[in-house]
Amino acid sequence: MSTTVDFPIHNPVEDILRMDRIPTIWCPGCGIGTSVNSFAYALLSTGIELKKVAIVSGIGCSGRVSGYTKMDSFHVTHGRAIPFATGLKLANPELTVVVYSGDGDLTSIGGNHLIHAARRNMDLLVVCVNNMIYAMTGGQAAATTPGAAISTTTPYGSFEPELNIAHLVDAAGASFVARWTVFHVKMLEKTMKEALSKKGFRFIEVLSPCPTLYGRRNNLADGLAAMKDYKERSKIRNGAPTHETALVQGGEIVVGKFVDRERPDYLTLMRQQLGANYHPLPPQPDENPEAGVAKEDCCSC
Amino acid sequence: MTHANPNSVLTGTHFMNGDAACCEGLLAAGARFAAGYPITPSTEVVERFAARTPKTGGLFIQMEDELAASIAIQGMVWAGEKSFTVTSGPGFSLMMEHIGYAAMTETPCVFVDVQRGGPSTGLPTLPAQGDMMQARFGSHGDYLTIALVPDSPQECFDLAVESMNLAERFRIPVMFMMDECVGHMTEKVVIPPAEQIPVYPRRRTTKKPGEYLPFAPGEDLVPEMAHAGEGHGLFVTGLTHDDRGYPLMNPAQQHKLVNRLFDKILRAADDLVMVEEEGMEDAEAVVICYGITSRVARRGIQLAREKGHKVGLMRLKCVWPFPEKLVHGLAGRMKAIVVPELNLGQVVLEVERCAAGQCRVIRLPHAGGTVHKPADIVAAIERGMA
Repeated sequence: MSTTVDFPIHNPVEDILRMDRIPTIWCPGCGIGTSVNSFAYALLSTGIELKKVAIVSGIGCSGRVSGYTKMDSFHVTHGRAIPFATGLKLANPELTVVVYSGDGDLTSIGGNHLIHAARRNMDLLVVCVNNMIYAMTGGQAAATTPGAAISTTTPYGSFEPELNIAHLVDAAGASFVARWTVFHVKMLEKTMKEALSKKGFRFIEVLSPCPTLYGRRNNLADGLAAMKDYKERSKIRNGAPTHETALVQGGEIVVGKFVDRERPDYLTLMRQQLGANYHPLPPQPDENPEAGVAKEDCCSC
Repeated sequence: MTHANPNSVLTGTHFMNGDAACCEGLLAAGARFAAGYPITPSTEVVERFAARTPKTGGLFIQMEDELAASIAIQGMVWAGEKSFTVTSGPGFSLMMEHIGYAAMTETPCVFVDVQRGGPSTGLPTLPAQGDMMQARFGSHGDYLTIALVPDSPQECFDLAVESMNLAERFRIPVMFMMDECVGHMTEKVVIPPAEQIPVYPRRRTTKKPGEYLPFAPGEDLVPEMAHAGEGHGLFVTGLTHDDRGYPLMNPAQQHKLVNRLFDKILRAADDLVMVEEEGMEDAEAVVICYGITSRVARRGIQLAREKGHKVGLMRLKCVWPFPEKLVHGLAGRMKAIVVPELNLGQVVLEVERCAAGQCRVIRLPHAGGTVHKPADIVAAIERGMA
């Protein structure tokens, strides 16, 4: 007699995951998968048609997110997810375009693009998983690594202060700026849902533990302990001025929705300014050859 | 093949510079979207595009740098549009990573490089042809591209259309290698009626989601394409991937994929021989040239013929892939091949390789900043004939 019974259990997040690519490459205790779970629930709850959603990632552990989702997924070069997503959105404004990548990818090598997409108020949702380290390459210091933290390239501690990403994108003009940790799964889901329903440049920072490559060298090697640490150190301050939200080692982690402003996005502004001078795209001859012939006949009469 | 959309074709006889003609060619070929970053001497192409697009539909976006411009255009392509970017040497160097990305992900697009003197910032307002090897080998790893080289504003139009068509046919990034002289030279440009401009349409799949394998090659080794938003759940990555687009990183797949990226172009290499020949009937020597240098070479050949030397001209309109068989055959019949170029010896390396010692190959290098003197060409011919 068999001792196992197959229950047809359907996990709702399966609807947005490429189940043939699971399990993921992520380590035990890593928070990236947890953030994807929140994202999946948020996306499903918006009712946005999944075939009109595209996910773009750069390089790194978080850069693998796009490839685990079932929507149109683009895994581009290091740091360039935002400009690729910009092109995608401009050429097909019907798409909901989400950039899902890591702190090293988005703020260091891709930092310039982050600033300018926020300035343009490009209609993108950017989810930045911040694990404070270059994890894929083995644990080197990042722009977000808190000062004094040990990494493979800062064996005596970092000599650089860390970047406050929320403050940067706020200053550059983002429409929406929020931060949660992967301890705050429901708040994160709610914020992601809200951001998905808004236009303009929306930025969500998600703090995630990296037990393998950050935690191990900085007394945070245990995933569960990292969650407890997030719980103890986090303080919800919606609307906090972003210059007060810096993340310092062992200090308070300010979380919540910091910025939610109304500002026309790039395409809206373009259509407003061009007015009657803007002509939407004409049909191409290859799309409907018969219609093309008919049009020619018409012109010759 | 279909034809150009009349809405974007300025049919008629114009007096325009090469940069403007390049812009018109790309519009005629179906580009509605472009991204760029200003750099002399290429900027006029996108300035014109920015002014033209509200009327043709589409848009130009000026990005924060060339890295952004060269990947934004690929987002535009995967959204279903035809797109290109324009730059010059320093920007071309920055775009190399995304030329590799386009080659690996089989993203059809055009990179226009209006060449100036280098290395580094070099000569921003003066001509050179120093990026020819970069156009072939610039990005890391193994890939092949096609590089077309115009020698007049008229050809900036004609070959810009051809560049976009070849990009679509092979699903590759095509290099359109202009230079400062050709870009800023103003001449007569005749733009034909839209229905006389052949346009290669996007090779879109007709397969349904679930049946379609995004990177499964067709008979000519080129896969059919689908776009974001069409329900296929595409996965596009710069990692070595299988026919689904999923990362598959092992030596067997690397071998299969990279060889296919080569072979899809190599198989068609005979189709891609695009040369113009003059005075080859009785020639005992030939000047092989491309781009602006060919215009000086013509004068040099004329002077050499006046001195009694039987010299012909072979101008390469498509430098990559290099017309190996043609040059090999030619070398067997000639006493000498003279290769003037505005660099210290790039394409001549290919000529030497293909000539394989059958005849003399005379290098005529020039560091750029201006063109050769016709007398230099004559002297080189005389050295070859001696």
